[in-house]
Amino acid sequence: MGLLSDAFVYLCAAVIAVPIANRLGLGSVLGYLIAGVFIGPILGIVGSETTEVQHFAEFGVVMMLFLVGLELQPAMLWKMRQQLIGLGGLQVAGTTAVFAGAGLIFGLSWQSALALGMILALSSTAIVLQTLNEKGWLKTQGGQSSFSVLLTQDIAVIPMLAVLPLLAIEHGNGHGNAGSDGHGETAAHGGEALASLPGWAQALIILAVIAAIIIAGRHLLRPIFRFIAEAHLREIFTATALLLVIGIALLMDFVGLSPALGTFLAGVVLSDSDYRHELESDIEPFKGLLLGLFFLTVGAGIDFDLLFGAPVMIFGLALGLMLVKFALLFALGTVFKLSGPDRWLFALGLAQAGEFAFVLFGFAGGAGVLEQNLLRTMTLVVAISMLLTPALFIFYEKVVAPRAAATSDRAPDVIDSRGRVVLAGMGRFGQIVARLLMASGYDVVILDHDPQTIDNLARIGVRTFYGDATRPDLLHGTGLGEADLFVAAIDDRDKQTMVVEHVAKTYPHVKILARARDRHHVYELENAGADIAEREVFEGALTLGREALIALGAHPYRARTKTKDFRNHDRAMLDELRENYNDGGVDKSYIDAMRAHSETLLQIMRAERGEEGHDRTERGWNPPPKGDATL
Amino acid sequence: MAKVLVLFAHPRPDRSEVNFPLFETAKGVQGVTAVDLYADYPDFNINVDLEQARLVEHDVVIFQHPLYWYSAPSIMKEWQDLVLEHGFAYGLHGHALDGKSFLNAISTGAKPNAYSKDGMNHSDLRSLLAPFERTADLCGMRYLAPFVMFGAGRAMEENRLDVHRNAYDDLLKALVADRFDLKKAAKANYLTDVLDDFILKGEAV
Repeated sequence: MGLLSDAFVYLCAAVIAVPIANRLGLGSVLGYLIAGVFIGPILGIVGSETTEVQHFAEFGVVMMLFLVGLELQPAMLWKMRQQLIGLGGLQVAGTTAVFAGAGLIFGLSWQSALALGMILALSSTAIVLQTLNEKGWLKTQGGQSSFSVLLTQDIAVIPMLAVLPLLAIEHGNGHGNAGSDGHGETAAHGGEALASLPGWAQALIILAVIAAIIIAGRHLLRPIFRFIAEAHLREIFTATALLLVIGIALLMDFVGLSPALGTFLAGVVLSDSDYRHELESDIEPFKGLLLGLFFLTVGAGIDFDLLFGAPVMIFGLALGLMLVKFALLFALGTVFKLSGPDRWLFALGLAQAGEFAFVLFGFAGGAGVLEQNLLRTMTLVVAISMLLTPALFIFYEKVVAPRAAATSDRAPDVIDSRGRVVLAGMGRFGQIVARLLMASGYDVVILDHDPQTIDNLARIGVRTFYGDATRPDLLHGTGLGEADLFVAAIDDRDKQTMVVEHVAKTYPHVKILARARDRHHVYELENAGADIAEREVFEGALTLGREALIALGAHPYRARTKTKDFRNHDRAMLDELRENYNDGGVDKSYIDAMRAHSETLLQIMRAERGEEGHDRTERGWNPPPKGDATL
Repeated sequence: MAKVLVLFAHPRPDRSEVNFPLFETAKGVQGVTAVDLYADYPDFNINVDLEQARLVEHDVVIFQHPLYWYSAPSIMKEWQDLVLEHGFAYGLHGHALDGKSFLNAISTGAKPNAYSKDGMNHSDLRSLLAPFERTADLCGMRYLAPFVMFGAGRAMEENRLDVHRNAYDDLLKALVADRFDLKKAAKANYLTDVLDDFILKGEAV
């Protein structure tokens, strides 16, 4: 098959299977696997060439770890350290130990048993996080604990990648070789360039390379990204991001380290840079597609003869795997004082093996740590455990949660996340809004597309993320899905309306406050879905006008009252002209209505009261009429 | 010599017939600090530190205002709420105002006979001003009888304004010169334009 027809088949399968699987709550990973099963074993459209494709697709793993690194802000990790080391660490270590023990009993070598134990300790981040998010369980104690464990597992993949080649049975040295079928080449074949050097020199060079990544990430990449960003060429920014990931992968390969480890490190270094969201949304689609392709090839390579040959054994292994993981998680939940339904959610949710297993299986196979027959069997077992996961969540939702609700009078879990605000546009307007909110103790995620602004703000200690708010993926990356409030403060009139419209449609629960250019823009923004639109210069101009009145000799309190009356009248006019504007824009009737209003305003503002005047159009304090005999 | 602080509150000085002229009088007296609260704080953003420092510097504090709903215009309430802090004006360690004198210089719409048991307000004026008196007590200040212009709405037509302005001038000058009989004024019901009984002749006390 040619390249295009290949691409057509894979994309077709993915486009059909993934949305369906997602809808059924199976998650996209299973969608790709199932798509792979269809085009491979069932329909036979693709065959032996999948290994070659898989080889290419493994680069998705490298990108994924870069993204994992980007997500890991050191400050956040530090805050979660107890959960990560305690709960997460114990889960990984405990599960590894139990499965490794089981492997030994089944007659595996200790190296293979340990590898298998580590790989099976991982759960499916993709399926579990998606489900927790969808069901709104992420903020419960059980959800938070699950999140901590999944995060620990994601981090644990890094040392696992480093250790696996060392466990190679035939090849004692850390570099392994390409393996019989070419699996895991990206990780295991580098280092030739240094092979002739003595061990200490190799170690020295490796350390130097790591240090270089950290230092360059901190001091070199930021100005480079700024320079690129200032060119305002989106595709070049994307190209730079790709170049970075591929470059680091090559460099690590050259010195014989895992490319995934290198990009992970680069990700962590860049995780507190201003370009994090932009990098994330640039790499994300490549990673998603490559990983999808990877899972497709895993699905295509599933051995159905094996399943139909020994269904009882395969399913038995899958159920055994889940039972063991469940029991360990449940015990951990008890130790860490998770109560009732939270403990169940935690233990049921994480009981499967995860997509990382496929990655690490490929790796381990390549390094010769696990033999091919065992790999084929375990790939099936892992896939089945993932396939059963939605059933576990359904069990929790239908059986555990209702019973817990019925039997306990415990107060609902306190949702400890604070109200979150996303603010787009940190110009002269947005800055004031953001400063007020932040000074009042709210978390504000700020987006701006001007590198100069970002740098200036960084100098006074305000974090701003670089990015174009009109890009939906970028907006999503700011966590708008979980935000309460969106402040649209973009300078460009049309972009502003566009963003408001997009946010109103995509995140109907988020309240939208928008900066408007003028009266007509207020109407446009309201029609686009803004809850509140405020004219950007209105209040400032009123304040200056009030100062002008004082400068002309008005008593300050009188100037205040006049200004207040003017404001009220103008706002009333805004309300009354709305319908007229929405009806036919600025037509004759609109202009007539406006003119009539201006007349009223003049009358009110200029009203000279007569001797006995007690003018009700002006609701400040007025002396009572002198003729009132009851006083 | 005593220092006198006049805190003036009128939301419409442009329509004021009695209070604003009186405030002008106060501004002309040596030793008197005259403050227009509505002018200084049109948005009610009262500068507490500044106001407290002013209080400390003066010996007599006068609230000069029209009587609105048996009280002062709203900014004076805000001023009291913010400036008379615990630990400053009252409380265990709040003694900054101890020994100072306080009085209301007010104008009322109604005539004198409205302020009696049988009158429209069923009470005499000083009883109605009890919140101010109690406030002064609590802050360790001597409360003096209010200086009043009754029937202020017709004072101009009845040519009573100039007499009253002169009396205010006398009152302020006597206070500055320590020639005002504070003890006697503290016991009176109210002070009118006839102040001879309260102003001491000869040497300052």
